[in-house]
Amino acid sequence: MTRTLMEGSSAITEAAIAAGCRFFAGYPMTPFTELLESFARRLPESGGVCINAESELEAVGMAWGAAATGARAATGSTGQGLALMQESLSELTRAELPLVIFHMARGQSDYTQATRGGGHGDYHHVVLAPIDVHEAVEHTQLAFHLADRWRNPVHLYGDFLLAHTSEAVSIEAAEFEPLPEKDWAVDGTLGGSGRSRNVNPIGMTKGAKGIEPESFWKRLQAKHDQIAREEVRFEAEFTEDAELLVVAFGSLARFARYAVRELRRAGVRVGYWRPITLWPFPTEALAEVAEGVERVAVLEQNAGQMIDDVRLSVLGRSPVVPIGEISSDEAGFGIGPIFDLEDVRRRIQEVCT
Amino acid sequence: MSDRPVLPELPTLPTDAPPSEPARQLGHFRPRLLLHEDHDLCPGCGEPLAIRTLLEVIDEMGEAENTIGVVGIGCYTAFTSTMDVDLVQALHGRAPSVATGAKRMRPETIVFTLQGDGDMVNEGLQEVLHTAARGESVTCVMLNNGVFGETGGHMTATTVLGQRTKNSLEGRDAGYHGYPILIADLLAPLGGTAYAARGSVHDAPAVGRTKNMLRRALETQRRGDGFSFVEILTMCPTGWFVPTAEGPGYLNSVLGAVHATGELRNAERLVTTAELLQAAKDDAGRREEPLS
Ligand code: SF4
Repeated sequence: MTRTLMEGSSAITEAAIAAGCRFFAGYPMTPFTELLESFARRLPESGGVCINAESELEAVGMAWGAAATGARAATGSTGQGLALMQESLSELTRAELPLVIFHMARGQSDYTQATRGGGHGDYHHVVLAPIDVHEAVEHTQLAFHLADRWRNPVHLYGDFLLAHTSEAVSIEAAEFEPLPEKDWAVDGTLGGSGRSRNVNPIGMTKGAKGIEPESFWKRLQAKHDQIAREEVRFEAEFTEDAELLVVAFGSLARFARYAVRELRRAGVRVGYWRPITLWPFPTEALAEVAEGVERVAVLEQNAGQMIDDVRLSVLGRSPVVPIGEISSDEAGFGIGPIFDLEDVRRRIQEVCT
Repeated sequence: MSDRPVLPELPTLPTDAPPSEPARQLGHFRPRLLLHEDHDLCPGCGEPLAIRTLLEVIDEMGEAENTIGVVGIGCYTAFTSTMDVDLVQALHGRAPSVATGAKRMRPETIVFTLQGDGDMVNEGLQEVLHTAARGESVTCVMLNNGVFGETGGHMTATTVLGQRTKNSLEGRDAGYHGYPILIADLLAPLGGTAYAARGSVHDAPAVGRTKNMLRRALETQRRGDGFSFVEILTMCPTGWFVPTAEGPGYLNSVLGAVHATGELRNAERLVTTAELLQAAKDDAGRREEPLS
């Protein structure tokens, strides 16, 4: 196995190509820009298409059309650009299109946007939040697989740190269980057959009179319930006898995990718990762990977003306290002073009983 | 005058009784690519005519089994359950981008969009402009009736000056509501555009000309020459609040007087709507001159 030193953006691009991604469209915006640059360079030479979309609206529309033909497609942006895409992101979920969305946020302030979305109707996206470049490579391939498996958009939540950190990674096509055939995808061949397709968000079928969206949307709800049961992922350390549980996600969790390991070595009974899927949030797993602890401390780089999910999981079993905060660099790119081991350790120690 | 041949008097057919023989159908009235003839659109609506013409062209060109349609949001959307071609339903205004993604992944297919004036010119103006400028090998078809028919007859970006709609009750006023956009004139001169035309379905000859335009547009795409566009003026008696039977006349005299029909771009040849209007005026002037 050869390992290559790669920046997060390049590693994600290579992993996407290894997963068979054939279409990418995007609009530059830090820290998503780096991803667009590497897709623009690498995708055409590996037989795919990367379009420099004129806006995020075009980007998501193009990815929609590519995904509708059955091709593995991706787009993405930062929170601002994704805000612009929300109408499409919700509607294409209802049209059951598999799409990978690289949510390269400015820090962790897009947790709510990624997990709740701002679109219309009942819908959910799977959200994977890698802790480092190594996991981002794994998650990128998993994202394409899950998107196809569930015919549903999947986010990869990253940030400036992930985009720019270089790590030695090996990129090989991952093995997954076989996927159902994409017989719903349009290839143009079924015209005149009476069986032509219609990729649409209300469950409209050919030859049918009128529309009956209710039963279709109820089926989507059942699918999302199933995803919520089957795709939960999390990481836990030292939770068995922990008095204090530190909950963190993504890049900041890497600091939290390190600090907790250090404190453990010093004899502090502290545990670490990280949701890998931000949606579905591992509610039951967290509830179980929270049962035995005295306090749950939530470390996130925002005004308090994930803490809502933590509270909904803990449900009063133990007190939930925020130990994170808004923390930004001068440009607002989301690399604030909180990304510092000393700082993270101090925050944890302050709530140790 | 007196030199003109006198036409023989034609026999009058009785209209107060059914014909003695059942009427014979001279051709197939339902295009093969339409699953059935029922639809929920208003009597006198021009959209079914335009859609039927498009489907006929696709079939006649032998592309029925090689076509992907991307449909916007309007009254015509109801036809997605009856148009027997592979379809993708887009959001309001976003069809050209969806078509772009589909075409880039399936370059061997014919990809068209079906949109209305509200869809393309109001909600999605930038989408179609960028798609044309990029020279995407897709054909955008826009049904233009100058109103949001589906919501009940509201002003769009193509509503002509003076036209009364539910939210411009005294007629569109340039000073208050602004001017209509002649979308074909925006698209025709762009570097990526290879074909642009404006047709109408207000009478049979116009339908015939529109059919030729659609064929040329799809042939342009098939040759890979660039972006192609056909705007089709369609009746919306409901949204205009005019009697059904007066729809075609209103379309031609009110919308057609601004959004003049004709080809605006064919390869290197570029014509503006103003020039089409002038040509129509000259032509009418010539016809009014007494025969010598
Ligand atoms: S409202 Fe207008 S466009 Fe809509 S179906 Fe009726 S006539 Fe046609």
